Amino acid sequence: MVTINIDGRDIQAKEGSTVFEVARSRGILIPALCNHEAVKPYGACRLCMVEITTKDGRSRLVTSCLYPVEEGLKVNTKSEKVLSVRRGVIELLLSRCPQVREIQELARSLGVTKPPFKARNKDEDCILCGLCVRVCAEVVGANAISLANRGTKKEAAPPFHETAEACIGCLSCAFVCPTGAIKAEDEKGYRVIPRWGVKLKLKRCKACGYHFAPERQLEYMIEKENLPSDSFDHCPACRAKMGQ
Amino acid sequence: MGRLKSPGELATLRQAILAKRDPNRPCITVCSGTGCSAYGSEKVFATFEAALSPLKGKIDLRRTGCHGFCERGTMVVIYPDEVCYVQVQPEDVPAIVASVRNGKILERLLYVDPVTGKKITLEPEIPFYRNQQRLIFGNNRRIDPQSIEDYIALGGYDALAKALNGMTPEQIVGEIKKSNLRGRGGAGFPTGTKWETVRNAPGEPKYVIVNCDEGDPGAYMDRSLMEGNPHSVLEGLVIGAYAIGSHEGFIYIRNEYPLAVENVGIALRQAEEYGLLGENILGSGFNLKVVINRGGGAFVCGESTALMASLEGQVGEPRAKYIHTAVSGLWEKPSCLNNVETFANVPLIITNGADWYRGIGTERSKGTKIFSLVGKVNNTGLVEVPMGTTLREIIYNIGGGIREGKRFKAVQTGGPSGGMIPEQHLDLPIDFDELTRVGSMMGSGGMIVMDESTCMVDIARYFISFLEEESCGKCVPCREGLLHMREILDDICEGRGKPGDIEVMMRLSATMKDAALCALGQTAPNPVLSSIHYFKDEYEAHINEKRCPAKVCKALITYSIIDEKCPGCGICVKNCPQEAIESQGKKKPAVIHSENCVRCGICYDVCRLDAIEVE
Repeated sequence: MVTINIDGRDIQAKEGSTVFEVARSRGILIPALCNHEAVKPYGACRLCMVEITTKDGRSRLVTSCLYPVEEGLKVNTKSEKVLSVRRGVIELLLSRCPQVREIQELARSLGVTKPPFKARNKDEDCILCGLCVRVCAEVVGANAISLANRGTKKEAAPPFHETAEACIGCLSCAFVCPTGAIKAEDEKGYRVIPRWGVKLKLKRCKACGYHFAPERQLEYMIEKENLPSDSFDHCPACRAKMGQ
Repeated sequence: MGRLKSPGELATLRQAILAKRDPNRPCITVCSGTGCSAYGSEKVFATFEAALSPLKGKIDLRRTGCHGFCERGTMVVIYPDEVCYVQVQPEDVPAIVASVRNGKILERLLYVDPVTGKKITLEPEIPFYRNQQRLIFGNNRRIDPQSIEDYIALGGYDALAKALNGMTPEQIVGEIKKSNLRGRGGAGFPTGTKWETVRNAPGEPKYVIVNCDEGDPGAYMDRSLMEGNPHSVLEGLVIGAYAIGSHEGFIYIRNEYPLAVENVGIALRQAEEYGLLGENILGSGFNLKVVINRGGGAFVCGESTALMASLEGQVGEPRAKYIHTAVSGLWEKPSCLNNVETFANVPLIITNGADWYRGIGTERSKGTKIFSLVGKVNNTGLVEVPMGTTLREIIYNIGGGIREGKRFKAVQTGGPSGGMIPEQHLDLPIDFDELTRVGSMMGSGGMIVMDESTCMVDIARYFISFLEEESCGKCVPCREGLLHMREILDDICEGRGKPGDIEVMMRLSATMKDAALCALGQTAPNPVLSSIHYFKDEYEAHINEKRCPAKVCKALITYSIIDEKCPGCGICVKNCPQEAIESQGKKKPAVIHSENCVRCGICYDVCRLDAIEVE
């Protein structure tokens, strides 16, 4: 354990943890859009910047989601420098996605009410945080989508902009997306995820007839966890009723 | 050739090579660098080969690495006197061979100094070379890059023998630390300190990596070194690997450098064959395996963490370096990544000692640095000078001053993320710290000279567009910041600039500097910041008066004909691709219809009477 100080509070922290993790565990709020506890930190959104002072007295701005704690570290999560750089970053994000409510709210909380730059596409809702891609790779293990191209042409996309063949339709990507940019719909026995070019057949519960999950996702789980092949013949509700 | 098993065997081999060679026998050398190759040096070489075949044993022939004075290619230098012929064509070969045979000089192919108008016979006397100190680059012109024996003949691998035989790894690290060698890739991090960190870092295996992903526009020092003298880099690499305790090395070369890939590949095979690489190097018990990895053409892969991601087979995107790559780098193992030129410095330091090395350069930047001198100077090419040489010495004494007698305006150092340095700083002694102090940086050594006909806003826009194209797009400030920065610069250059644009760019710059993930984004605003700092009046002229003082920005200039000077010859009418110029008949001035004019400047260039005016 090491002792660090965040905003004047001395905190015991586990070695190897990041400043962001420690702050969050103590209820100190640092804004972040590309961070999720299910995946490794990435450092793309740059909102979680904080000002640190190391033991040798040197001060600088660092990305708290990546910066490992060290003995004697002093952290300021809301110095004028920090707030100014966060405002600079959120201005850029708001200019990219002027219509996204989550970005608007975060911007407002930082004192930014209007995008300073013209959006290239005012309906843009993806901030390229990469969470969808990372959760699909690191948690699900399907690797169905990726970040394609570079720079201002970068985008989260299915391979070759066609169908994400490896997608199992689990919607982990939609779940972690901070801006609600990944839409999905279940209708007429199919799950459709337009962004990934995916249309997957849903499994019908043998008891109640409810279309409860993509067949491919269930097959994937059976294979991955080595379960009996009839494990998902019934929907979760019916399984509960049957006492399974 | 069997593998050398001891330093003694290396010395014996060198004696044997030298014994076979007669230093007084004429040797015609033909530069085979990329510059000269583009001028057709291969054909020149082949013609020499045919012409000299009946003269075997009387006149030798050799390909060499790049000499650096690329604009005068194909370069041919004749030893032992080092008579230099420039811009040689295959048709010149018989005359050159004849001149060598009868011991005469072929006047018409000599270099003419544009300043004095005098012909210069010997290569070292040419001012471009005379004012340099070529410690790293000097052997390029003496050796065939594909011949390990040429390198060994000049003392090559002696430093390695010394290191493996008489020095402990700690002593080598100590010597490099003492020499104050700083990384030549741009950041100037002390090499010895890096080596020490890698050496002491826990974790096996440790990796050594040569960064040859040179990508700055107009810069090609690393390329010429890798193409022209690959063994010098390799020798430094092996010494480095031994010092840090690594047995696996990578050479990351961009795939756009085919000759470098080829020559380094040959060098690796030869070094292996001679026992200077692989198992039990020179009988010391030290092993090192080195492989080449070709880069896929992303500028950002020159950044160390992006390069390592690329080596691992991942997307070349940088990551934060709060834990140094020296501790956790390639595959999360301690990794020592150095630039090509940094490694090439190592054998020199080991051979001559840190004290000797510390005698060259400035207090905080030691040794020499190779610059790629390009742009509006008379002599363009590769220039190696001691740290502390002034910009004026490089641009005027070596570069021969500005082309066409125009006025110097600025020099951009440090590649696209560097800054523009104006006339008032021409006497700045160049080293890592001085360049940073005036708002630019050393970078890898690009040096682009600009004259009065360069628009500073337009050039800032060029660099920002380059960086926008090359940003990996991972982090918000770099990706979005560069996009808006370029849009603002487009607006300014195209007459849509607004008051306040400068301030908006300053704010954007601050966000990028503070918040970008890697050095590419953090330094990307430099061209804008330095040009605003030194040339604010040009920005203001564009924004407030819709005027481009350098007459470059097309939307802000008009072409017209000066009636008194135009005799109606019609040459502009014929050459205008837009048919925007109308003839009014002979002896009457032509008329430019500005609504059809695309401001390409062809009329201005073709008019011999200066009758075209740009406003």
